[in-house]
This record gives sequence, structure tokens and C-alpha cells, in this order.
Amino acid sequence: MTLGRGTRLTLRIATAVVLVFIYVPLTLVVIYAFNESGTSAWPPSGFTLDWVKAALDNTGLQQAFLTSVVVALCATVVAMILGALASLAVARYSFFGRETVSFVLVLAIALPGVVTGMALSTALAWFHIPLGFFTIVVGHATFCIVLVYNNAIARLRRISSSFEEASADLGADAFQTFRFVTFPALRSAFVAGGLLAFALSFDEVIVTIFMAGGVKTLPIWIFQSFRLANQVPLVNVAGLVAILLSVIPVYLATRLSGGVVGARG
Amino acid sequence: MTTAATTVGAGPGRSPARRAAAWLHRHRWLRLGLLLLLPLLWLGVVYLGSLFFLFINAFWSTDPFTSQVVREFTLDNFETLLSGAVYRTVTIRTIAFAVAVTATCIVLAYPIAFYMAKVASVRMRGVLAVAVLMPLWASYLIKAYSWRLILSDGGVLDWLLAPFGLKGPGFGDIAMWLVFTYLWLPYMILPIYAGLERIPDSLLEASADLGGHAWTTFRRVILPMSTPAVIAGSIFTFALTLGDYIVPGLVSTSQFIGNVIVINVAQDLPLAAAYSLVPLAIILIYLVVARRLGAFNAL
Repeated sequence: MTLGRGTRLTLRIATAVVLVFIYVPLTLVVIYAFNESGTSAWPPSGFTLDWVKAALDNTGLQQAFLTSVVVALCATVVAMILGALASLAVARYSFFGRETVSFVLVLAIALPGVVTGMALSTALAWFHIPLGFFTIVVGHATFCIVLVYNNAIARLRRISSSFEEASADLGADAFQTFRFVTFPALRSAFVAGGLLAFALSFDEVIVTIFMAGGVKTLPIWIFQSFRLANQVPLVNVAGLVAILLSVIPVYLATRLSGGVVGARG
Repeated sequence: MTTAATTVGAGPGRSPARRAAAWLHRHRWLRLGLLLLLPLLWLGVVYLGSLFFLFINAFWSTDPFTSQVVREFTLDNFETLLSGAVYRTVTIRTIAFAVAVTATCIVLAYPIAFYMAKVASVRMRGVLAVAVLMPLWASYLIKAYSWRLILSDGGVLDWLLAPFGLKGPGFGDIAMWLVFTYLWLPYMILPIYAGLERIPDSLLEASADLGGHAWTTFRRVILPMSTPAVIAGSIFTFALTLGDYIVPGLVSTSQFIGNVIVINVAQDLPLAAAYSLVPLAIILIYLVVARRLGAFNAL
């Protein structure tokens, strides 16, 4: 588009300002992870690896990290299975209530977490189901399904069902068609959706607080550590790790889809 | 299923899987049913069921002496929410922040999204898209917490402003507004970027050929065409702010709807349930309006 030099310059400056706004806070967390004083006073008093060591040795932090990984894995598996099934049904069949299925799926993530959390906890209270690991997984899976579903259905709409028909005409049964035709075309979208689900579950705190009981996921551990002065320096290290880990999914997602838009639906 | 498959009488020597597939092929509705069974059980029973319990609970009450839930229909909770000045203040504050944060995100996101989609080179575009996307994967809590480092007494901002004899805003409403804007900004940039990218350059050239200045083209072609994308982004920024209860506690002493709900879960579940119908209703209205304005196609 033809723009004046002044406009171009203004846009460039605005872009730079936003990028600075986005990255300065993250950079600070990284710096503070190595800050000797362990307080939020600026400038840092000196460089130390003590907090990194302390964080790595902290059993509570280790446990929380592990719990989060396992919760996210379980929630992702459930979300991938249910999301794939729902997307196949909606994309390849027309039936009464089809629109409703996709609407309810979107609702599960569009509604504020506090509503989802409240809804699930009233139901659990009614049935006297104890809170814990299992309920966290249920909560997470509920809003993760749509991430897999969205990715899968976008792909299914692009790949024509005539390939599947051709496969059937050539004598393949339904399972073979799925295994050799549908699934390979779907795979990368499926994995991208799973990746999103994993990341969202790993990071989730709003619904998790309602579901956790006494179980501590990593976000819950971080949240509770804000109030404990002696653990705040460890939060900086946890932040450092989180920032470093966030490079992996971005790298994978760009490799997988070639597109980059679409975190959290 | 296996017994049924044999009665259908697929030829001998075929594997059970093959026979099951053949049988399924002849029963379209069964195939659909099997695909939908688990997702429907989960969404219909677990999710919608839970929302139903939330709704029912909102019309019950808590016995003030025994703290037990009294399962009798009453509108007391809604009366409390409407007449209590505290609840009104909290509701208005939450909505006001959601609106202010959304507006700020639009103002900050549009120029960078525009630069990415229409000015930057293809290579630069990819780099910027990744740069905007990456913070979305970094921990939400850590991102919110990073502003405690910046805004705390004697923190980075105080140090930066000290030479000018100024002090940072500290914790409070401004801090909350900054943190929310910071957290949700990528959710606004990415849809606007995608929306702007979908506008073909030929349209902009056509507008220029017809004598439209850059500003006219922006106002009469680009802006109307990118509005659904802006609204799509606003769904995220608005809903995420509306439902948050972590940030207010981290960087201010104010309470949001979510904080009041969380406090009441243990004390007065029916009241908490009734109060959570407020953000639920607001979001549903927002979604209906957004859908009317075409935002769903821009997601």
C-alpha cells in the first residue's frame, strides 16, 4: 500500500513501542532470576546462581512441575480424542443439532474461567465428588477440547471428502480409510491442536483453583508463592524456565502449520 | 457389536475389523452415533450439566446458622446482588475495566497489526508474527507477576522516573489496567493482523486508482473491512478481563466479580452461583452482538 513517509515512520515507531512493551517485562523476569538481593528493588545488587540452585532443589516446585505435566498430558489426551471425534462428526455428517455441538464447544472456552470453574464446582459439590487430580483433568479437558476441534475441523473442511470416497471405492474399509487417508491429512492439525491444549492446561490457573482441592499444579504453586517472601526469588526462576520453555511450542507450531495464528482458540 | 457383525454375514475369512467396518458402513447413523457418543457425553453431561447445577444453585440459599445449602427456590441471592452497594460497585468496576482494557488493546494493536499486514516485508511479517505470538505461551502468572517487579516500591519504574522527580503509579487501578492490557494485547493483535491480511491489495489499489487518498482508503475500505476482526479480538480481551480474579489481587486491593465469587464459594455457594450468572449473561449478550457484527467469521 502506498503510504507517506511520515505514516510509515509512525507505524514503525508504534510497532517498536509495542514490541518493547511486550518484551521488557519478560526480560526483567529473566534478569531477576539471577539477582543477588532476591527483592524487587532495582537495580539488581549482583549476579548469583543461588536462586536457580534453590529452585532446582525445591521439592515443592519439582512436585508441582511434575503434577502440571501429568495433568496437561491427561487433559490433552482426552481433548484430542473428544475433539477429533467431534470434528469428524461435524465435518462429515449433517445432523440435527450440528450447529449446537460447535456452539457448546466454543462456549466452553468463551465463557470466563470463573463461570466454568463455578459451574463445575457446584456440580462436584452436589455429587460430593472430592477435589483433586482427577477433577483438575476434567476441568482442563472441558475447555481444551475446542482447541483440538477447531484445528481439526479447519483441516477437514479443506480436505475434500472425495479422497475418502475414492479410498472406499478402491476397496478400503472405514478403518483403513481413516488410517491411510483421513488421519495422515489430519495429523499436523491434530498435533497442533494437542500442543495448544497442552500449553493451555499447563498454564491454567483460574479454573484450576476451583478444581484443585489440595493438589498443587505449577501455576498454583507460583500463585501461592507470591505471598511467601522467601519463595518470591524462586518464582523468578520458575518464570525464567517458563519463558525458555515457551520457545518450544512456538517453534513446533510454526514448523507444523506454517501459520502462527491461533493460540487459545 | 461383534455378534451383530457376524449375523450380517460378511464373507468367511474376513477379519473381524473388516466385518465391523462393513457393518458400520451400512449403518450411517450408528457411525455418527459412535463418533458423537463420547463428545456428547462430556459436553452434554459434564459441561452443560454443570452449568445447569450452577443455574439451580443460584436459586437456592444458605442457612446463616448452619451454613448448609437450603434447597428451596428463592430469589434472595439476586435481591442481595441488586440491592447490595458492594456488589453493584464490583460489577460496574469489572465491566469498566473490561471496556477500558479492550479499548486500549485496540489502540495499541491496530498500528502494529497494520504494519505487519500491509507495510512489512514478507520476512519481517513472519518474524513479527512469532514475536507477538511467543508471549502467549509464556506463563500467564509470570507475565502478571513481572509487573509487580516493575511497579513495586523501589522497582524499575520508580528508578526510571526518579531522575525526573517522579514516582511510578504503584499498585492500584492503573497497575491493573496496565497488566490486563499487557496480558491480552496479543489476543487483539493476532485477529486484527489476520483480518487485515485477508483484505486483497487489489482493493486498496482500486481505491487509489479511483482517486482515494491513503487516508480515504483507510477510512472507507480498510477500517470497515477490518471491523469484524477487531470485534473478534475484543471478545478475548473483554471476556478474559471480565472473568479474571488473579490480577486484581496481585497488583491492587480492588475486587472483581471473580474475587467475590471465589470468596463466597466456601461460605455461600448459592450466592456465588448467582453472581457468576452475571458475567455469564454479559458474555452471552456480547457474543450475540459480536456474531451479528460478523466477528465469528473473522475468528
